[in-house]
Amino acid sequence: MAEKRVYEVVFIIDPDTAEEDAKRLVESLQQIAIDQGGNVTKNELMGRRPLAYRIGRKTEGVYILFEIEGTGKEIAELERRMRVNDQVLRYLTVRVDEDRQRAEKFKEKRARRASKRGFAAGAGAGAGGASRGAGGATAGGDEED
Amino acid sequence: MSRNFSNDREFDMDDDGPRQSGPGGGGGGDRDRRGGGGRGRMRRRKVCRFCLDKVDIIDFKDVKLLQNYIPERGKVLPRRISGSCAPHQRMLAEAIKRARNIALLPYAAD
Repeated sequence: MAEKRVYEVVFIIDPDTAEEDAKRLVESLQQIAIDQGGNVTKNELMGRRPLAYRIGRKTEGVYILFEIEGTGKEIAELERRMRVNDQVLRYLTVRVDEDRQRAEKFKEKRARRASKRGFAAGAGAGAGGASRGAGGATAGGDEED
Repeated sequence: MSRNFSNDREFDMDDDGPRQSGPGGGGGGDRDRRGGGGRGRMRRRKVCRFCLDKVDIIDFKDVKLLQNYIPERGKVLPRRISGSCAPHQRMLAEAIKRARNIALLPYAAD
C-alpha cells in the first residue's frame, strides 16, 4: 500500500461564477491536495462546454482536470470539499495508475510478439501445417484430396 | 475520424454459423468472405477498431471517440454491430459510463 497512486479528478464548476472566483476555487482545491500530501502533476482547464444533460438548471459548465499522485487521503479530503462547495456541480475521480500499468504491459507484449514474429513466422506456419496434415491422416487419408 | 457503421443492417446472426456449403470450406482462413454458395449477401468480418489502432486505454474524456459508439438513443453500441472485441468493449462501456457521470455524454437522449 505504500506505492503511489495516480488519480484523475475531473470536476465541473458553475459557469455563472466569476472567473476570478473560479480561479481562486481551483487554486484552493489544488492547495488542499498538496496539503494532504498529494502531488498535483497536472492542472488543466478543459474549458467551458455544454453539459450533456442539465445539472441543477445549468446547461453548461467549466471543466477542470487534475492529475494527482498520492495515497488516496488527499482524494478523500478533496472530494469532501467539493461535495460541500456549491460551485462545484459535479466531480469524478478515477484511479488511473493501474490501467496505465496494464496498458504498458500490453504494449510490451505487443512489442515482444512483433519482434518474435520477425524471425519465427516461417516456423510457426510450418508447425500449423504439419498438425493439420496429421489430423487428415487420422481421419482417413484417402478421402482427402 | 469518422467511423462509419455502414454495416448497421447486417445483424450477423450467423457469423460463425455452420459453413456447410461454402466453396473451399476446408481451410481455416476464409471466414471473412463467404461468397457464392447460397443465401445472404457477402459479409465482411468485422474487426475491432481499437485492436487495429492498438488502443490500450479508452479515455472517458475523449468525447469525440465515444460519440461514435452511442447511437441516437444514447445507448452503448452493441459489439455485434461495432465488431469490437470483448476487452475493448468492456473498456468502452466503462469509459462511456464515466463520461455520462460528468455530463460529457447523455444518459438518455430525447
